[in-house]
Amino acid sequence: MSETTHNRINADTLHDGSSGTYLPVKGTVTTMATVTYDKASRIYPGTERPAVDQLDLHIEDGEFLVLVGPSGCGKSTSLRMLAGLEDVNGGRILIGDKDVTHIQPKDRDIAMVFQNYALYPHMTVADNMGFALKIAGTPKADIRARVEEAAKILDLTEYLDRKPKALSGGQRQRVAMGRAIVRQPQVFLMDEPLSNLDAKLRVQTRTQIASLQRRLGVTTVYVTHDQTEALTMGDRIAVLKDGLLQQVGTPRDMYDTPANVFVAGFIGSPAMNLGTFKVNGGFAEVGPARIPVSRAAIAALGAEDNGKITLGFRPESLDVVSQAEASAFPVEVNIVEELGSDAFVYGTLKGSLADADVHSGAGDNQVIVRIDPRNVPAKGERIFVAIRPGEEHLFGAGSGLRLPA
Amino acid sequence: MPLQRLQITAADPDPALLDLPWNIPLEEWPADRLAALPRGISRHIVRFVRLSGGIIAVKEIGETVAHREYELLRQLGRIGGVPCVEPVGVITGRTADDGEPLEAVLITRHLQFSLPYRALFSQELRPETATRLIDALAVLLVRLHLVGFYWGDVSLSNTLFRRDADRFSAYLVDAETGDLHAKLTDGQRNYDVDLARTNIIGEMMDLQAGEYMDEDTDIIAIGDALVQRYNELWAALTDEETFGAADRWRVAARIERLNALGFDVGELEMTTDLDGTKVHIQPKVVEAGHHSRRLLRLTGLDVQDNQARRLLNDLDEYRAASDRQGEEEQFVAHDWVTEVFEPTVRAVPRTMRGKLEAAQMFHEILDHRWYISEKQRRDVPMPEAVESYVTNVLAHRRDEQQLLGLAPEDAALQEDGGSWG
Repeated sequence: MSETTHNRINADTLHDGSSGTYLPVKGTVTTMATVTYDKASRIYPGTERPAVDQLDLHIEDGEFLVLVGPSGCGKSTSLRMLAGLEDVNGGRILIGDKDVTHIQPKDRDIAMVFQNYALYPHMTVADNMGFALKIAGTPKADIRARVEEAAKILDLTEYLDRKPKALSGGQRQRVAMGRAIVRQPQVFLMDEPLSNLDAKLRVQTRTQIASLQRRLGVTTVYVTHDQTEALTMGDRIAVLKDGLLQQVGTPRDMYDTPANVFVAGFIGSPAMNLGTFKVNGGFAEVGPARIPVSRAAIAALGAEDNGKITLGFRPESLDVVSQAEASAFPVEVNIVEELGSDAFVYGTLKGSLADADVHSGAGDNQVIVRIDPRNVPAKGERIFVAIRPGEEHLFGAGSGLRLPA
Repeated sequence: MPLQRLQITAADPDPALLDLPWNIPLEEWPADRLAALPRGISRHIVRFVRLSGGIIAVKEIGETVAHREYELLRQLGRIGGVPCVEPVGVITGRTADDGEPLEAVLITRHLQFSLPYRALFSQELRPETATRLIDALAVLLVRLHLVGFYWGDVSLSNTLFRRDADRFSAYLVDAETGDLHAKLTDGQRNYDVDLARTNIIGEMMDLQAGEYMDEDTDIIAIGDALVQRYNELWAALTDEETFGAADRWRVAARIERLNALGFDVGELEMTTDLDGTKVHIQPKVVEAGHHSRRLLRLTGLDVQDNQARRLLNDLDEYRAASDRQGEEEQFVAHDWVTEVFEPTVRAVPRTMRGKLEAAQMFHEILDHRWYISEKQRRDVPMPEAVESYVTNVLAHRRDEQQLLGLAPEDAALQEDGGSWG
């Protein structure tokens, strides 16, 4: 990469429009802090299956990327490989165009945010934020300048010379963030940073981290098991399962066009309903309902799919209809969950569908239907629902892969 | 009664736990329930509570994290030989009287005679105290790393210290950020050590800002000493050593060196080159507690390693003085316990026995006897030494069995770090 593309200095990156604050952040000023996983693998000694299997992932400069997946999927291991805490047993990891695969953690120019929450009671807020710089021998004037800049961004300016006991819980969180910011790293790493917080602080801090990251423009890799956190915070999301990258894309991509059954079921709350059905004469046979399947989808089915498709439909993609409709199928209402603006029916498929292979976030043989909150059915009632045309998701029953519409 | 469905996860649940006011946020627990408040600012609310004759530490924390930390501490307990606090259980399903759900709690048993670092620094801090704490922390970190535990937030405040003869031993208190691996990578170890250095220097900066520590003390040097001590110890315990086939004595020398550091060698790998001229040795399994295991085997006394070292030395002296070198060691040890150790400890008035652990007291009495014997240029007998120690030393010491933090009524001092009387 040439010097000219490598060093981006222009008025826009020096100036944060929202507050008129000069941000002396290395990541946005001097270097392209992209992060690249190049077929990076981690295999724990004594195990055969890689914890992270040939991960290929490119994170853009300034991007907020969320690694998400169930426990044991390899998301934390991937983050720790970038941090230098896990060995890379195959492939490489690059920050910018520098290969950091075998570089010690402290020499990688990264910061683990929230690695240390403990505030020092006798020190001012400013000293609490800047103490690591003092240890590193940074000149006093520089420390003060960096701390003041960080404090402006964090709305802590008026507290700088006070003691931490004057701060609220949320402000203390921001001091912890400030500690990472003043170090001006190329990349921020956050490993489930909200898991230690109580519910109230969690939501508050989630919003703060996301907006702060956008203001700073520092490349950030964030790990969570919570898909809601991923959807609300990330520019892009990478879903992992069993050490394999399933899909990477914007929250919208993941929600609208999940690449496989796993992503379809994992992203979204309440989860997507998924059922496996026989395809016959261009239709999926969903009990009494005939749901048209495109020619392209049928053509894409492979031998392993055995003539079946997995049909996905989100709770909000169902309409309550009359029994007479060709695509209607019956659901017996078990529970109605009323949330004010929304209401959900948790129900069981009935009739010839009673034995169908269907599941949802609520469990096997259960479907979830979003209904009009001003017109909710009673428990035990049987309703008929139909998938809104074009809102179904089709996957090969064997491969689990998305089929063309 | 408040409507709450508590779920208590514990290996050995104490029914008395049910009597505690779980329907009240920990921060609002009435003072009469509390043994003490912790000092300083912590990210979680922690309280010390008396329960069934002992003291427990109760920490409010998210449910998942509480279970995770509980399991981690249990695993460390099962591995054995890892100095850490003992988990009691996790309580979930707490509900306030107004129906609001309350945070889960993690309960650990208070470690008797343990001292938070603020309690040690805020008396008159001598530079050697700092050095000894750092040494203890380096040993703890090495021991944790040997079993594959990555701490993630090493600091003085996440550690408790116990007096251990003329040194300290350190115990892990907070395992929230930790992780147990089959084997740590160099990256994990180096990160832990680097973070420890930063945190410790930060904590000492705080002590200096609060005027608990001389501002001229070179705290960066103390932080660097941790890194150095850790690296030296790690190398001594794990490095491969190569020597000529004629120098076989170096095998025994390596084991002796590890014993002197307080470690037993469970497995030592020895390989030779194809032509047999060079020998390589590398310890594969090492375990701390060399002296305490030996003392336990001989006497049944379960004490810390440096205390054990001191007691074993006294036992050796006893054996020499009574001219019983030829006898079975166990028999001599039994007599030493009944004739020397127990009478000495029992000579201390009952009211003062809670000030220090028995083995620690014995160590200090030996020190005191040496000191007054020097001064009086005669061999002061043990009963006389005990009397002098009790009057001149122990009477002026604080009670350290349950030195916890602030009295419950001093809540206002908590966030200032508080001062120790």
